[in-house]
Amino acid sequence: MSEVALELASNEGKAVAKPLPADSPLLIQELTVAYGEKPAVFSVDASIQPQSMTAIVGPNGAGKSTLLKAVLGIVPRLSGKVLVFGEPIENVMQRVAYVPQRASVDWDFPTRVIDVVLMGLYRELGLLRLVRRAHRERALACLDRVGMADFADRQIGQLSGGQQQRVFLARALAQNADLYLLDEPFAGVDAATERAIIDVLKALRGEKRTVVCVHHDLATVSDYFSNVLLINIRKIAEGPVATTFTAENLQKTYGGRLATAHIDQLKLPVA
Amino acid sequence: MGAEFVQLSLTPILIGILAAIACALPGNFLILRRQALIGDAISHVVLPGIVVAFIVTGTITTWPMLIGAAGAAVVAVIIIEAIRRVGRIEPGAAMGVVFTALFAAGVLLLEQTDTSGVHLDVEHALYGNLESLIWFSAEGWGSLLDPQALAGLPPELFRMAAAAFIIGVLTIIFWRPLKISTFDEGFAGAVGVPTTIFSLGLVIAAAVAAVAAFDAVGSIIVIAMFICPPAAARLMTNRLEIQVLWSIVFATLSAIIGYVLAGYGPLWIGRDHAVSAAGMIATVSGIILALACLFAPHRARIGAPKEG
Amino acid sequence: MLNAFLEALLFQAGYNTALVAIGAALLGIAAGGGGSFLFLRKRALVSDAVAHATLPGIGLAFMIMVALGGDGRNLPGLLLGSALSAMLGLIAVEWITRNTRLAEDAAIGAVLSVFFGFGVVLLTIIQTMTRGYQAGLESFLLGSTAGMLYQDAVVIAIGGSLAVAFVLLLRRPMTLVSFDAEFAATSGINVARMDLVMMGLVMAVTVIGLKLVGLILIVAMLIIPPVTARLWSERTEHVVFIAGGLGGLAGYLGAAFSASAPDLPTGPIIVLISFTLFAISLLLAPGRGVLAAFLRHKRFQIRVHRRQGLLALARGEVILEPLTRRVLRRERLIRRDGVATEKGRAAAAKAVRDESRWALARQLYQDETVYSRYDGLTPIETVLTRDEIADIDRRLGPPAPVM
Repeated sequence: MSEVALELASNEGKAVAKPLPADSPLLIQELTVAYGEKPAVFSVDASIQPQSMTAIVGPNGAGKSTLLKAVLGIVPRLSGKVLVFGEPIENVMQRVAYVPQRASVDWDFPTRVIDVVLMGLYRELGLLRLVRRAHRERALACLDRVGMADFADRQIGQLSGGQQQRVFLARALAQNADLYLLDEPFAGVDAATERAIIDVLKALRGEKRTVVCVHHDLATVSDYFSNVLLINIRKIAEGPVATTFTAENLQKTYGGRLATAHIDQLKLPVA
Repeated sequence: MGAEFVQLSLTPILIGILAAIACALPGNFLILRRQALIGDAISHVVLPGIVVAFIVTGTITTWPMLIGAAGAAVVAVIIIEAIRRVGRIEPGAAMGVVFTALFAAGVLLLEQTDTSGVHLDVEHALYGNLESLIWFSAEGWGSLLDPQALAGLPPELFRMAAAAFIIGVLTIIFWRPLKISTFDEGFAGAVGVPTTIFSLGLVIAAAVAAVAAFDAVGSIIVIAMFICPPAAARLMTNRLEIQVLWSIVFATLSAIIGYVLAGYGPLWIGRDHAVSAAGMIATVSGIILALACLFAPHRARIGAPKEG
Repeated sequence: MLNAFLEALLFQAGYNTALVAIGAALLGIAAGGGGSFLFLRKRALVSDAVAHATLPGIGLAFMIMVALGGDGRNLPGLLLGSALSAMLGLIAVEWITRNTRLAEDAAIGAVLSVFFGFGVVLLTIIQTMTRGYQAGLESFLLGSTAGMLYQDAVVIAIGGSLAVAFVLLLRRPMTLVSFDAEFAATSGINVARMDLVMMGLVMAVTVIGLKLVGLILIVAMLIIPPVTARLWSERTEHVVFIAGGLGGLAGYLGAAFSASAPDLPTGPIIVLISFTLFAISLLLAPGRGVLAAFLRHKRFQIRVHRRQGLLALARGEVILEPLTRRVLRRERLIRRDGVATEKGRAAAAKAVRDESRWALARQLYQDETVYSRYDGLTPIETVLTRDEIADIDRRLGPPAPVM
């Protein structure tokens, strides 16, 4: 835990000098997304700091996952712009890795763990290039980083939920991207997996990469992340965890008395 | 197994095998995408496509029929998508609305059109006429080396071979993006696979297989081959690569056993008339699937089903 | 031709035609109503498997009746055979879905193609068996009313009435099950048995409709009217009644129309009339229609851009997005060079005012609605009462103008 605190402290120093928007790994401007008649995300601006680990936090139905999908263009944007390293995201997709929610695919699909990780090399392999030993070794190394090297030849349906999540992370690692976008990576996983995932994400940050996670567990935000983006359809607040993840902002995000009880348990500083 | 076999049975069996493989290949992906019934829908809308092509051109030659049927398949898919999205109707029902209506339109158009000069009717569309695709000029196995005899091969054989070849090559070339987008569409989009083009492309490939096969073997085989061999293959293995190979094996077996049973089976039990080869091929593919459901090594589900 | 159509429509074209038209109407009502439950249960295409699975039963029934020395074409006998094999097909679909990893769509496709294929094999056997004597079983593929026997018309009319009575009698429990099976189970309905009843109804409709529209197109009578009805109503009971009405109308008009001229086969005509009603509904229905959806989306997009533009104006930002500029320009809220007009400044001030009201409301009223509707477009008037808003305005003080 003390390691985490140290890392967070050092990040605060970095975040003081606000970079130009062009340097931002992910700049979101006035992004609005609607399902039918109701905005799921309304006019959200956000500027993700380089080499930060940002949690997107908000109640159920606040548009967290939708925000991520709209950033990637998986769901259509009603208005707004998304810049990655100063360019429209469509032009620099090779620098972005995406980890979808585990439940979004059919795990009965006939394929093995190693094949899923090799999907992360699609941009390199293209249509017809053969998978060579070097590719396999890279995929295995990625599996090793998430502690799943022994499972390479398993059918994916035989994995537990936590193991499935690790395989998805390994696939993203294989993409060797600069910006990692993860949709609820800790949802429904066991404690060991949670530990393994957070270690990998922190290592990514150490390699000067940027990590953004949709996150639902308020109790771990301060431990895991350097920055936080609070949303509830609109952006409520954005910034370093120490100054932004406050009882007041959470109250604004969640509302209701139920939230108050939760927030009390977090023992946050009152700004 | 001599001259008579080469003349009467060799080409229908080959055409049957090629048709079965051409349909089974896209069928593998349709099944994994929970779109197995797209194959059913396509094989129904082929009829109006061909009838319209005939009305426009006045002939039943390959290209107009191919374009008419592929066009009808694309139109059907677009209407299904529109109903699903705009009307917020579940895909199965949207499909049911569209393919029955288009099939009804095809039947009605056919009744209203003078087709006395050509071989075009609903029953032909359903069962095809595999038995009639014989090799007149063949005199025995030696004819396979005789250019004159080879020139007399039924044109359906080349058509079906071309369709099977094209679909096979496309499957190999686009294997990787097809697999990724079938498994995880969101991720596929994020790594640059044009997922919409691939799902439409798969439908068009299925339509091409359906049209090419339809003329020779009728739509029953088309639907059966889209679904039964890949479904049985899914129960044999947990790897897509091997599943596709199994589906080719099952498709081939269905075609051969089905044709032989239809042509020679009745003789064995002392009757003198052959039965419908198309129907028998579909029946055999069903028996193979039934056996796979009962005994195949990987018949039970292990992964959690997709939510929502 | 018009005359012939009117005659048929008004039961003047002979006793048989009238009976067929009534039978088709009753069948349409039963199919539309019964199909609704299947559709709402999201299993519409199971009916396709059931329908195709009738063919081997027809063939076998014919062979057995001939073997017993009877007339193979006896309609009740053929219908009994078709019902039995349809049931077998249905059991096969359920068994495959439950006991293997294959999904229901694959099971449906497999059953329908294999049963149909086997049926065709039987038909070819019958062709050779009967030596020149036409069995006419092909008419079950696409239906045929031409030369229909009086007894056959009676069978269809009676069967249709029974099916309609059945739908009316069991509509309540079937509605409950198709709307929310879990709730239905807790309120004491045996869901498995109701599913069985529902399938029995579908099977009955299929079997009765075989002679009239044929086994390939009977599915359309079970699917198209319920889908059409769904476009018009959000309530289950209404869907069932509207679907019954539409199905009856299509059946009646179709039978009359096809009787008015040769070369107009009954089945396809009924299906196409049904589809025409559907197409009109898809275009014009108020909630789920294409036209309404298009207009709604456009209006909504403009609302979003207008609001975002006004808030940007209030913050003194330059508006770059072309659509936002166009929207504001059209309402004369900004000038050609992007600078706000007087009217624009007023509108921006109001938008800011709304925002501050929302912000304060979120501090004062910590309930779910205030939080979940803070989406930038919901007018605060829809969430709070007038008194509450007045209270907020008092706390906010006079609105600030936008420069």
